[in-house]
Amino acid sequence: MNSYKKAIHKNFKENTFFRWGCIITVLILLLVVVGLFWMPYEPTAMNAAEKLKGISLRHPMGTDNMGRDVLSRVMYGSRITLLIAAGTVAIGTVAGTIIGALTGYFGGMLDEIIMRIIDALFAFPSILLALVIVSIFGIGWIQLLLALGIAFVPSFARIVRGEVLRCRNMDYVENARLQGVSDFRMIFVHILPNIRGVLMSSILIGFNNAVLAEAGLSYLGIGSQPPYASLGKMLSDAQQYMFGNPSYVLCPGIVIVLMVLGFSFLGEGISRWK
Amino acid sequence: MEIILDVTDLHIEFHDHDQPEVAVEDFDLMLGEGEIVGIVGESGSGKSMSALAIAGLLNRKSLTKSGRIMFDGTDLLTCDRKKLRSYQGDEISIIFQEPMTSLNPVKRIGWQVEESLYIHHREISKEDRRKRAVEMLGSVGLADAENVYYMYPHELSGGMRQRVMIAAAMIGNPKILIADEPTTALDVTVQAQIVELLKKINRERNTSIIFISHDLSLVSQLCQRVIVMQHGNIVESGRCSDIFSRPRHLYTKRLIAAIPRIDLGDDKDRR
Repeated sequence: MNSYKKAIHKNFKENTFFRWGCIITVLILLLVVVGLFWMPYEPTAMNAAEKLKGISLRHPMGTDNMGRDVLSRVMYGSRITLLIAAGTVAIGTVAGTIIGALTGYFGGMLDEIIMRIIDALFAFPSILLALVIVSIFGIGWIQLLLALGIAFVPSFARIVRGEVLRCRNMDYVENARLQGVSDFRMIFVHILPNIRGVLMSSILIGFNNAVLAEAGLSYLGIGSQPPYASLGKMLSDAQQYMFGNPSYVLCPGIVIVLMVLGFSFLGEGISRWK
Repeated sequence: MEIILDVTDLHIEFHDHDQPEVAVEDFDLMLGEGEIVGIVGESGSGKSMSALAIAGLLNRKSLTKSGRIMFDGTDLLTCDRKKLRSYQGDEISIIFQEPMTSLNPVKRIGWQVEESLYIHHREISKEDRRKRAVEMLGSVGLADAENVYYMYPHELSGGMRQRVMIAAAMIGNPKILIADEPTTALDVTVQAQIVELLKKINRERNTSIIFISHDLSLVSQLCQRVIVMQHGNIVESGRCSDIFSRPRHLYTKRLIAAIPRIDLGDDKDRR
């Protein structure tokens, strides 16, 4: 355990990507966590007297066209965005890992069939696929979460399958088989720990894609519904006031950029681990 | 001497290409308790194939096998996977030639040594498993076994890793240990140490060993009986001393002549 701490400390000092990834991610998480307990205003509370105000001490990120505090809405919205992104990646990772590991390990006819289905899913852009699923199951953030989750399964399944295929023929797997290790134990105890590095960086990349996909779909009006905030929804609401009150569109935009940047720096930092 | 493994008419054929390829033909082997048998031959002579078949590792679909491998009253060629698994790692163990890649890089040494105990003998407590693993690591000649237990493979040298492999193979006290060119990837002094270790295991635990090698000098140091293979066939077999002093088959003669020796300068027989 101590050596882990040492390695993290060392990388924080010497690995620029890792350091900035950590700093930005912690900032964003702080925004979300603080928002869980305290927000300057109720994110849905309107105030007709203070419409479209710029940055001020009373409203650090200004107010929107209904007089709601943008900082509070960003706090709330990034919570939703983060939640959906995390859920998406969780669904994608778990389902993708199971499918990829089983097909990669056992191969054969089942592998062919499942991988062709995955290929077909892969052929659709994930946003289009999510749109299709949302149009079947209706609008709402849970539907959006499911839709994005399913859309993210193929890429994880392919990555894991490839890695499992590579590991399956390794000497240590052969060796474990000789000790009478069952297939289940082989996959989940012997092989999967060996691909955790690859899995980790694809989780972080997937997380970025999920944040962007959520923002994009909310921008299109799918996902969390008014009066509740989401970063993408705020962007689409704000675009008509872009020139009159730039802080309204800039603040959620910058938060999305920081969120994506933080996680991709973290991913890059981990792949350059010293 | 009690016979514990009886292989008769083993025949292995590949169907990877259009023409079926015969890897092993009419392979017979009787292994007594506590006996060390060497299988020698050039690369591709079928010696590893025969050993893998005995270990129950051949289950690819593109391959036919016939004959009988009797162990403990069961035919290992035809018995079901569950039965086979209950033997693997417990009654029959194997060590490979690549100690550098045969250990899982992300697991601690102790965990890997204990693994077959965990699989075959769930009743043994965690603490007992650990004790046995440390003891085993010590008995394969790893000084400081307590520390090695908590190390990762990349922290050990090739010779140490091969010792770990032997410890992992021996922890269940198997009746048969198959050593598939265990010394090929190691340098000469370590080779000799590993051979000594195998001798010691054989002496102390009465484990039968099938030693596969193309290094005749190692085989002559270790084995009581030798089987010489070429192109999937057994060309000669018998007591080690007989084969080395009076080889009958031309191929055996050439193999023996190919052992590098210091005392002979430019020898005609060398080819």
